[in-house]
Amino acid sequence: MATRAPDRPAAVASGEPVRPRRRLRRHLVHQLDVKGSPYAYVAPFFLLFSAFGLFPLAYTAWVSLHEWTLLADEHPFVGLDNFRTLLADDYFWNAAFNTLSIGVLSTAPQLLLAIWLAHLLNRPLRAQTFFRVTLLLPNVTSVVAVVVIFSQLFGRDFGMINWMLSWFGVGGVAWNEGVASSHAAISIMIMWRWTGYNALIFLAAMQAVPRELYEAATIDGAGSMTQLRRITIPMIKPTIVFVVITSTIGAMQVLAEPLLFGSYSPTGGVDRQYQTLALFIYENFVKLDFGYASAISWMMFVFIVVVAGVNYLLTRRTKGGLV
Amino acid sequence: MTAPRPTARTARRGAPGGARRLTYLTLLAVAFFSAVPLYYSVVVASRDNAALAEVPPPLLPGGNFFANVARVFDTVPFALALANSVLVSGTIALAVMFFSTLAGFAFAKLRFRGRNALLLLTVATMMVPTQLGIIPLYMLMVKLEWTGTMYALIVPALVNAFGVFFMTQYLSRALPTELLEAGRVDGCTTWGLFWHVVLPVARPAAAVLGMLTFMSAWNDYFWPLVVLTPENPTVQVALSTLAAGYVNDYVLGLAGTALGTLPLVIVFGLLGKQIIGGIMQGAVKG
Repeated sequence: MATRAPDRPAAVASGEPVRPRRRLRRHLVHQLDVKGSPYAYVAPFFLLFSAFGLFPLAYTAWVSLHEWTLLADEHPFVGLDNFRTLLADDYFWNAAFNTLSIGVLSTAPQLLLAIWLAHLLNRPLRAQTFFRVTLLLPNVTSVVAVVVIFSQLFGRDFGMINWMLSWFGVGGVAWNEGVASSHAAISIMIMWRWTGYNALIFLAAMQAVPRELYEAATIDGAGSMTQLRRITIPMIKPTIVFVVITSTIGAMQVLAEPLLFGSYSPTGGVDRQYQTLALFIYENFVKLDFGYASAISWMMFVFIVVVAGVNYLLTRRTKGGLV
Repeated sequence: MTAPRPTARTARRGAPGGARRLTYLTLLAVAFFSAVPLYYSVVVASRDNAALAEVPPPLLPGGNFFANVARVFDTVPFALALANSVLVSGTIALAVMFFSTLAGFAFAKLRFRGRNALLLLTVATMMVPTQLGIIPLYMLMVKLEWTGTMYALIVPALVNAFGVFFMTQYLSRALPTELLEAGRVDGCTTWGLFWHVVLPVARPAAAVLGMLTFMSAWNDYFWPLVVLTPENPTVQVALSTLAAGYVNDYVLGLAGTALGTLPLVIVFGLLGKQIIGGIMQGAVKG
């Protein structure tokens, strides 16, 4: 302990039993721990996102300004030409309309149903676990499986749904031929797969609402629907906003359902009646027209930001109406 | 503490008999519609293509299931696909649980400069559509020589914004700050707090997150389709090869689907119970 010897007189002189240098070091380590740890803990996400999220994003912008096909060695800079072509492209506007239509048809009923189901489950019931597990069952099923199964169910000649409709005198609907019918079929597939998942997210939030609020409301004579409107929905508002935004973003990116529903054709039906924006990107990706596909990607991004932003404002606003 | 277990008495008092019966009927109907498409796919998968033309459609499974399954294994490398999917989904689920709890702890309970801005940034990254970057991401994988390998699926998915946000939400409610302060007084480092205090509290939510992540990784379709080859596929890529090559062979397609979905349904049937029970228990303890 020769190295520590010089400390000792000082410690003795000041009458302190603890060695100050060691205390200083411990203090520094502690400070480093307290100040540095948070950044170290959130770093993995940001590093990964920079490498595999942000970099591709920026690079897409670069590619979209070029005439970039995989077959050509040269990628000449063309400025905003791709975007100019895109805005005049009827297929693009068709895809934008289809995306919006399928998005609204699938998301709005789905979220209302999910909140209601979560509300039903947020109380003591017999066979709770059974109901919760079956609720999540569709989400366990892959997109590929869902579309293979539902394509069969929606079949014109041998499908179960047309067979049931025939009881009511509705004759063989060709689900994948019309605009409205194909949008409805795809929306039903999306709803079937995601309603239970969102109900579980809502249920998790509802369980954090203090039980006393409901007890007080029950004593005051408030019914179940009143409790849902006056207590549950305002209390889980942040979760509702979150689910609305993520569902919107998911709905704007729908790709696998129309791709598989159209027997792996990236045009989304013979007349492009259910080609979504993401599928339109894929069509040009398969054509190896990377420049144009990147331009569509950016337009889709703008589209998503606008739609999600509008939904955010709408969901926030409803607070006043509900409370 | 944050969410006391609902007591049976309050709710029974709250809901009259008729309303309760309606609740059960509704939930039973939902359970029915959740299960029917899966059940029907098993029915078709256990018959032959001729059965599809029958009116009314067959409602009970036939005897051809194992013959059809054998055809699936003959047509695509399904055993390899299953092994790949287990490896990819398992690794991703564990990594997402760990990194999300770590980041969620920091965002929910630690004080640091730029915390709110970084959390907002994390949520904002959820706005980035995955298709947007798929072309450059593919180029990147070519550069890294990861195309056709499982690295291309695993590495970009090790942690995601949804997981971080999910754990932040949960921990900010379920983790009592006093518990952390007590740990600090006892001389815990931040890592020690994470290990001894945060992880036990986070376990129920992390289990749910892990399950959801495993399922979405297992069912991920588009990116694996782009980056993998049919020779070294995941289950979903193998299924799409199966259905793409045999558009009219619904039976083969549905036998593959049943085979690719059943392992997940079984695991979920076994673990889902514990995990959903864990949410409630954890909420009481927390």
